Amino acid sequence: MQRREVVSALLAPRQDNLLTVGGLGSSSWDIAATADNPQDFCLVGGMGLTVSVGLGLAGARPQNRVLVITGDGDMLMGMGSLATVAQIQPRNLAIVVLDNEMFGETGGQPTHTAGVTDLAAIAKGAGIPTTGTIRDAAALQDTLPHIHESDGPVFYVAKVSAEMPPTVYPPLDGPFAKDRFRAAVLGDGAV
Amino acid sequence: MTEKSAEWPSDIFTVLREREISQICHVPDAGHDRLIRLCTAQNDMSVITLTTEEEGVGILAGAWLGGRRGALLMQSSGVGNTINALALPAACRMPFFTIVTMRGEWGEGNPWQLPMGQGAPGALEAMGVTLYRVERAEDVTDTVSAAAAQAFNNQCSTAVLLSQRLIGAKGFK
Repeated sequence: MQRREVVSALLAPRQDNLLTVGGLGSSSWDIAATADNPQDFCLVGGMGLTVSVGLGLAGARPQNRVLVITGDGDMLMGMGSLATVAQIQPRNLAIVVLDNEMFGETGGQPTHTAGVTDLAAIAKGAGIPTTGTIRDAAALQDTLPHIHESDGPVFYVAKVSAEMPPTVYPPLDGPFAKDRFRAAVLGDGAV
Repeated sequence: MTEKSAEWPSDIFTVLREREISQICHVPDAGHDRLIRLCTAQNDMSVITLTTEEEGVGILAGAWLGGRRGALLMQSSGVGNTINALALPAACRMPFFTIVTMRGEWGEGNPWQLPMGQGAPGALEAMGVTLYRVERAEDVTDTVSAAAAQAFNNQCSTAVLLSQRLIGAKGFK
């Protein structure tokens, strides 16, 4: 699958109560390329923290669905956060890892998932009850209802090609991105 | 080991309630044990045990994005695990508030605790975290309250370092 096609399928059409957290690098560019939505918070640093940010947000906003979209490099750096998610079992949290089996932003060096490492199996072993690996568009369509509606936490790996589409930046100014997100979620009084 | 049935952990708990801090993240430390128990017993507080301290920086950032205040409880050795993660609240001008139990000072008995314990203040300051330090139980309430106010009112990072003199040195001999 192409990574932008996967992210488009995840975010368009978009549910009003969906909050998205994007992981450092290509995943954040994919979200920004789909739409410039104030209910998306895209990390441009803090590698390894994306799932943790999603977990904190899900706890603070039980009335929203929280979708973490990140890459295999970020997920490998924060694998312990999967055990923490499993301990908390947030019903409103979904995680999708766009797995291109490489560090795409730094020259395409292979990650551990290019070898024998299976992130869905790791998530299962961490204690996340609903996990899987999506390998084609038909499987993605079948999985979308689980990602958006099933009781969380849910965790899916979407295997994507090595293609690197043109970079589309989300807001790079952190205070602006944070204030815009909080205003969209909490109202203008929050900033 | 110095045994104290001190009241300062419940003083910290009172400040957390007053400051409307309800998301607690921790890698446990003996010095934080009583405070963790008080928070866990409180129904409207969420207490999350971490696999590593950097997770807590991310969780607190997410909580703040959703309108919730939090605190990270850790030992000085855990400070080293948070360094790159502290770029997130710094770059986004989010509040970050942590209470650190110090090791590697005041009668420390474990030589392995010295490097990170003595390096923790400098590491935090290098990442832009303002330090508050408590040596005596009578200063706990005011200091923790001031550090929390500074973090949340200015959207910046502050740390309260609880001295090993306050907590009680852990003897290894």
